[in-house]
Amino acid sequence: MNIDSIKRGIVLDHISAGRSMDLYRYLHLDELDCSVAIIKNVKSNAMGRKDILKIDDTISIDLDVLGYIDPGITVNIIEDGKIIEKKHLSLPEKLTNIIRCKNPRCITSAEPSLDQVFLLADREKGEYRCMYCETKKAARYT
Amino acid sequence: MRHLIDIKDFSVEEIHRILDLADQMQAAPERYRETQRGRILATLFFEPSTRTRLSFESAMLSLGGSVLGFATADSSSTAKGESLTDTIRTVSCYCDIIAMRHPKEGAPLAGSFKSEVPIINAGDGGHNHPTQTLTDLMTIRREKGRLDSLTVGLCGDLKFGRTVHSLIAAMSRYPGVRFVLISPPELRVPEYVLSGLAARGIPYEEVESMEQVMGDLDILYMTRVQKERFFNEADYIRLKDTYILDTDKMKKARPDLRVLHPLPRVNEIAVQVDLDPRAVYFKQVKNGRYVRMALITRLLEER
Repeated sequence: MNIDSIKRGIVLDHISAGRSMDLYRYLHLDELDCSVAIIKNVKSNAMGRKDILKIDDTISIDLDVLGYIDPGITVNIIEDGKIIEKKHLSLPEKLTNIIRCKNPRCITSAEPSLDQVFLLADREKGEYRCMYCETKKAARYT
Repeated sequence: MRHLIDIKDFSVEEIHRILDLADQMQAAPERYRETQRGRILATLFFEPSTRTRLSFESAMLSLGGSVLGFATADSSSTAKGESLTDTIRTVSCYCDIIAMRHPKEGAPLAGSFKSEVPIINAGDGGHNHPTQTLTDLMTIRREKGRLDSLTVGLCGDLKFGRTVHSLIAAMSRYPGVRFVLISPPELRVPEYVLSGLAARGIPYEEVESMEQVMGDLDILYMTRVQKERFFNEADYIRLKDTYILDTDKMKKARPDLRVLHPLPRVNEIAVQVDLDPRAVYFKQVKNGRYVRMALITRLLEER
């Protein structure tokens, strides 16, 4: 299968196989006017199988969201058909308004204007805890 | 500007400096009688309290300062629908320091982001109660002469017991401390507290029987099963009398055991135990006033 290389845009590489559609939704790529290629189950020496997303435009991407969903992703920024920047993601230390605390006793349940903030409590386990009440939330895909 | 939201906001050394100052204040209260004249403490209690609110007010008055505030959410603008953060932002314009209690977990932290003055967490739901912990540490240090190398039993409602969570956080920083967690399965210590102990390799055991561990303990920290934390009253009624400390159980304890309780007590400690010299919960109440005097002084010094 051939998909043209892009001149200017973003390639999200090393997406865990099967997660590209989740990313597509989280990053609201359906709202873009430019071409977006979702390539699934690409053979990979390191990963066995991986997904790739190619976006034919430079858009602002929330790397915290991306790192939370799939910290193994590589973000390649393309200009003039060449990679000008390569970003390796990791679980972010802090998630703001990405996930919600479900503890009904938490102050966030009573004060909707408060930011929903989760702090990384255990990088190995990918565990986050609500900054206010310490309720645990496992990282989405670990 | 410093706040006290979680007991871990202060280092062990900072806590010891507060306890030292509290000891000095108790020994010579007249020396501190005018030290906060002209300063105002606001006590914002969105949830009922007797001891904590009055001890904060007594502490500030003993330092020559003044107090204002409210004792229930009904008597504040919360009843009109005002947000917590707006209330804090407003009140912090009228005072020099705030002590607040709130039924929701994390409310004092949320308040601290909008406050122009130091915030003291005087209890947030079933989460934390750091000033009770300062009181507990002062009491344990006085009674046992140390805060390390102790077997600490905590008994009762360990799930919603905010004093328990803060005390474990504080005591787990001392070497040689071991915890014995006595509760029914429904009221076990929350996962976030246990995972904190496990991550640091601090020894603890969870048991259901009080009798089997009485002889092992240096400290027994009794707690009330709190009616106000249950969504279902039937669960409260089923669990409320699980543990009752009486004179028979005290016979199984060491002669140097000390029994603490954050109070109020309902019936988890028989009144006959009050006569046992190992019961120190009313000394704890007295210590609470001085440790809050010391805390207010330190936070206002750093403002």
